[in-house]
Amino acid sequence: MSPVVKIQDLHKIYESGEVPVHAVRGVSLEIQRGEFIALMGASGSGKSTLMNMLGCLDRPTRGTYELDGIDIDELDRNELADLRNQKLGFVFQGFNLLARTTALENVELPMLYGRHRKVSMEKIRERAMHCLEIVGLANRFDHFPNQLSGGQQQRVAIARGLVNEPQVLLADEPTGNLDSKTSVEVMGVFQKLNEQGITIVMVTHELDIAKYCRRNLILRDGVVVRDEMVADRTIAEEEMQRIKAAEAAAKLTHQAKSGA
Amino acid sequence: MHFTNTLRVALRALRRNTLRSLLTALGMIIGVAAVITMVSIGSGAKAQVEAQVASLGQNLITVMPGSYSSGGMRGGFGSSVSLTPEDADAIAAEVANIDGLSAEVRDRNQVLANGLNWNTNVNGVGPDYPYVRNWPMESGAMFTEQDVKSLGKVCVIGKTVADQMFPNEDPVGQTLRIRNLPFRILGVLTPKGFSIFGSDEDDVVLIPYTSHMRRVSRRTSISMIRIQAADADKVAQVKQSVEDLLTQRRRGREPDFTVRTQEELASAATATAKTMTGLLAGIAGVSLIVGGIGIMNIMLVSVTERTREIGIRLAIGAHGKDVLTQFLIEAILLSSLGGMVGVAVGVGGSQALSSYNGWPVLVPTTWIFISVAGSALVGIISGFYPAYKAAQLDPIDALRYE
Ligand SMILES: Nc1ncnc2c1ncn2[C@@H]1O[C@H](COP(=O)(O)OP(=O)(O)OP(=O)(O)O)[C@@H](O)[C@H]1O
Ligand SMILES: [Mg+2]
Repeated sequence: MSPVVKIQDLHKIYESGEVPVHAVRGVSLEIQRGEFIALMGASGSGKSTLMNMLGCLDRPTRGTYELDGIDIDELDRNELADLRNQKLGFVFQGFNLLARTTALENVELPMLYGRHRKVSMEKIRERAMHCLEIVGLANRFDHFPNQLSGGQQQRVAIARGLVNEPQVLLADEPTGNLDSKTSVEVMGVFQKLNEQGITIVMVTHELDIAKYCRRNLILRDGVVVRDEMVADRTIAEEEMQRIKAAEAAAKLTHQAKSGA
Repeated sequence: MHFTNTLRVALRALRRNTLRSLLTALGMIIGVAAVITMVSIGSGAKAQVEAQVASLGQNLITVMPGSYSSGGMRGGFGSSVSLTPEDADAIAAEVANIDGLSAEVRDRNQVLANGLNWNTNVNGVGPDYPYVRNWPMESGAMFTEQDVKSLGKVCVIGKTVADQMFPNEDPVGQTLRIRNLPFRILGVLTPKGFSIFGSDEDDVVLIPYTSHMRRVSRRTSISMIRIQAADADKVAQVKQSVEDLLTQRRRGREPDFTVRTQEELASAATATAKTMTGLLAGIAGVSLIVGGIGIMNIMLVSVTERTREIGIRLAIGAHGKDVLTQFLIEAILLSSLGGMVGVAVGVGGSQALSSYNGWPVLVPTTWIFISVAGSALVGIISGFYPAYKAAQLDPIDALRYE
């Protein structure tokens, strides 16, 4: 089967400052359908830059990128927008939800554009609601972002990434601002989606989060220095049960103490 | 994007900033309300002037002493004002197609009756006067040609004089003293209201012009002659004949009279009202422009402030065109909703003005459409640049924007 992502000798040089910054220096990579990849590396190693190019948000300075067999170098601004809309889902670093806009309306957003332009509002609403159910937030559909916890906002962002049934879901530090329990929750959602066949690429700084993925890539100074499969994957569901058991135990001891 | 969806997105965006949207629209509301109010006052004034001109009578021609032909300057100087009762008689006798004619001598006098006194206009006129002025009697009758010939000490009075001098009784048959001469009141005129010049037409006592000239004012010339042509299309011809006749009667002297038709009078009067309307509308138009600048300003701020939102939209698949339409529709919604509220406020304000100040106002429907369409246009013009700016943003730069 052909890879869904195929990049060859990809470079990105930022010319904006006084000195050009060579942020990505020749990355070649193939990602097959159904993969679940963690992209790791020190701060400033070029992870976000690479993700932006994978997400067709930024054009590479050099090198080729084929997404689902399409050479993105040949697409204009609007065609790129349609491609992002149809084939890619984004979970941005730092949520990027629209403020003062309900969870449901945030999730609906990608469906207002692209091939959905002609879809009725009822259908859009229905589909957005379904995605909120997947991330377990259907009961909070009418809440504004500032009324949701960080983990809940992150899950709304994931639901928004899912709503157009993308082939690849790109997530830049989806657990960056979350406590460990909420992180496990989010990883649980990702694992479930991955099992349903969605390809996921996510950036993380945390080794134990990377362990939930199937493949780990490590970037240093704009090049891939390590690319390996994860041997003993952590399963979010099991981890969740362990945490719950630990909490219950803590509660019991607490109660025992206060009872004594 | 589906148009209704774009509309929905724009409405959501406006709702998210309700207070700001209201304040922005306020500029438009005030602008449009000002336009509507100003235009209403202007056209009300114009309509009133027209009504007053019509109330002068129908197919009216006036002859006044003095020549105003050369740029409004009084010509023929040295020649004393010289419109005479004989001129009036000559016109009545020789000019065809005349329905009615009345000489008129004006004066102000103290009148006494009933132990009360009152300073009023005492005008000497002919028996046709009420007919020419289209001014019927309320009670009693007008004096006759016979009274004019015999210098009769008779009069008819206007409603104001009747109310002032005879508050509780019927004035007809009573006596009114003018310069200590007793005049019998034959009738009372119907109320006519205010003239173009703002004076009370009903504050008047009419006596035969002959009695006026011999007994009261001792004048030798008359103030004016009013002529009613038989037909609207005879007016020009009558005017010409009158001018010819009077010129002929002056035997080569400088013409010392002016003949004017009612139409000429009307156009002079309404021209002023029109200028005023234009001026008021101009002032109001400026406030519309200010409102438009306000909208552009807010939209520019809004684009900058919502750079991230724009970035998100572009990143997840919006085309530049979608963003452009969204912001443009926001601007148009703001301005045209403001415009509609402005129309309501303007109409209400005009009504309030007319009921508190008694100003004649008239809300012209065309201006309502012009205002709403105009405010939408202001929205398009002032919204386009900010919307274009938003559409040109690069998704990745917009997402990074802090
Ligand atoms: N728009 C830009 N203009 C200039 N230089 C940039 C720009 N964006 C990133 N860089 C530079 O490119 C390099 C890689 O940045 P990038 O954001 O990809 O790092 P990262 O791996 O995502 O870091 P972090 O883990 O902190 O998010 C950095 O040295 C950064 O300063
Ligand atoms: Mg980063």
